[in-house]
Amino acid sequence: MVFRQRGRADVRAVDGVSFSVSPGETVGLVGESGCGKSVTSLAIMGLLPKRGVRVEGSVAFDGTELLALPPDKLRALRGRELAVVFQDPMTSLNPVVPIGTQVTEVLTRHRGLSNGEARREAADLLRRVGIPDPSRRLREYPHQLSGGMRQRALIATALACRPRLLIADEPTTALDVTIQAQILELLRTLVAESGTALILITHDLGVVAGMCDTVHVMYSGRIVERAPRHDLFRDPRHPYTGGLLASVPRLDQPRGARLEPIKGSPRDTIPWATGCAFAPRCPNRIEACTPEAPELVGERHALRCVNPLRSAPEAKVVPR
Amino acid sequence: MSFPSDSPADPVASGEPLLSVRGLKVHFPVHRGVLLRRVAGHVRAVDGVDLDVARGMTYGLVGESGCGKSTLGKAVLRLVEPTSGTVLFNGADIGGQSPEDMRRLRRHMQMVFQDPLASLNPRQSVESALTEPLRAHGFTGDRSRRVRELLDLVGMPSGAAGRYPHEFSGGQRQRIGIARAIALNPELIIADEPVSALDVSIQAQIVNLLEDLQKELGLTYVVVAHDLAVVRHVSDVIGVMYLGALVEESSSDALYAQPLHPYTIALMSAIPIPDPEVEERRRRILLTGDLPSPMNIPPGCRFHTRCPFRQPTRCADEPPGLREARPGRKVACHWAEEIAAGSIRAAASAHDPTATEVGTPSP
Repeated sequence: MVFRQRGRADVRAVDGVSFSVSPGETVGLVGESGCGKSVTSLAIMGLLPKRGVRVEGSVAFDGTELLALPPDKLRALRGRELAVVFQDPMTSLNPVVPIGTQVTEVLTRHRGLSNGEARREAADLLRRVGIPDPSRRLREYPHQLSGGMRQRALIATALACRPRLLIADEPTTALDVTIQAQILELLRTLVAESGTALILITHDLGVVAGMCDTVHVMYSGRIVERAPRHDLFRDPRHPYTGGLLASVPRLDQPRGARLEPIKGSPRDTIPWATGCAFAPRCPNRIEACTPEAPELVGERHALRCVNPLRSAPEAKVVPR
Repeated sequence: MSFPSDSPADPVASGEPLLSVRGLKVHFPVHRGVLLRRVAGHVRAVDGVDLDVARGMTYGLVGESGCGKSTLGKAVLRLVEPTSGTVLFNGADIGGQSPEDMRRLRRHMQMVFQDPLASLNPRQSVESALTEPLRAHGFTGDRSRRVRELLDLVGMPSGAAGRYPHEFSGGQRQRIGIARAIALNPELIIADEPVSALDVSIQAQIVNLLEDLQKELGLTYVVVAHDLAVVRHVSDVIGVMYLGALVEESSSDALYAQPLHPYTIALMSAIPIPDPEVEERRRRILLTGDLPSPMNIPPGCRFHTRCPFRQPTRCADEPPGLREARPGRKVACHWAEEIAAGSIRAAASAHDPTATEVGTPSP
């Protein structure tokens, strides 16, 4: 799957983002609020409003150009082959419809199951995502479930048709860490067992470290660094990636060291047309950072920076 | 400082904790019925907590949503009325204070909230938000000078005074919230999730600011948060809460070196670490099921319904008290020593995410 896209006419939310996901692979999009990672997922799914938004580029799913697909064809694909899980399950689930109806709807619509079959299948799905007593839960409404269970119910509807591509947009941000661990384990199992391609969108570098094969770091609508996860965490080259890693306290490192925040805030960004958007906050800023924005260069470890962090010395091989 | 002298009990002999909480309970009645409104039960949000916070220290309260950590923080300031128990601040029992005495006491204990946009009045300029507490507590000095001083302390330009909350970014707003909390030179600050609403790159700025202010002004903090990595970074002592009670209390370093309570062990193993090599090697202990309702706390050990180390005896019927398992370390678990020694291991089912039937509370 390859896609390029451009955002809105005046606000360029996403600018020239390209990546691909293979079956059984997990790709991470990382960035802070406003970097365009969620808009990217909406664009892939064709969920952006038609008016006032201009999407350019290409989203190819198994050879089909999604951006050129008529709405009814796209709708048939969505829910069956493509599925998405959003951050807040309360806004994705219909509050006045029982959970069971919301899960079986997908099954009867896309897989043509009868009502009875769909109910049995739905109960089985809920059990698979770890919801105890599924036949009782099917009769309940979203507000009767806890946050973690709602998110699992939502994942169950997303998995109902065994999608080939799943986009998880901050799937665990609203949840507690112990529930987060359960959901991430569930997603890992799903990718490993059914070969689903997973696009994981998150701001949490810890989640990325444990989940993604390839990581794309986004800043202000563009990918600034792309690398296999081991390379990225061992050897972050973009000052933004390095800054993010230095600003979070880590549980496995001694306490007492002072955190090194990135100065300023995402508000201090400059448009890409006038140089590197991160330049105003960058500790490595040099004259060449403006007015020409750098290009994303590199194959395995791609970088959009004219004065990157020094490469770490070749790390010792960690014994297994 | 030019305040009317109404300092609470004279600073007591050193070593006396600034804040001392004993047997604190906050129960909220739950009503049923419209015509015949009756109490159907109680949400036991805080269910018997003892803790001491030493002067100049940071006490971190961690736990997942619904564990009662925020309610505890508010009960300490008497922003919610405790059901029973005592809170001693500087030796004075805040439960017995008249409303006017309580108002005076609050000068010394302030709060920083999670969402600065929700806790700042959108139609009030920064200057007005910062002078309001000064006026309310009879500050007699030069108010606008004090405002500039406060803005400088939190790293904001003095030009910010005339502007409004919406003109600032989240991190700047949190700085204003902090400036307001320190405006009256308090001794104790309760910070409820002070960084969790902020972007990752901004969180570190606020964490550093809180640390600097503590050094400069000799503040004592109670930091309430769910992010264990942040809490560990700022705290000297950490209390872990589960369903309204402290299950473990320890110095920050000792807690992270070896957690003793099964809940703490599971909580720490669930926190993702931004390093793929560590992530691949570490052993995860997955908790099964959901948090039981605080209206219906399990008998015996409150964690036994989800505990991967649960034993056939004692856990289900004998509530473990918070006891000193090692010097300076308190834990509420019958089997903490055996678990630490490795003679009791986590049940295999706890590693299997699909094995949710095990350990889920019966309805």
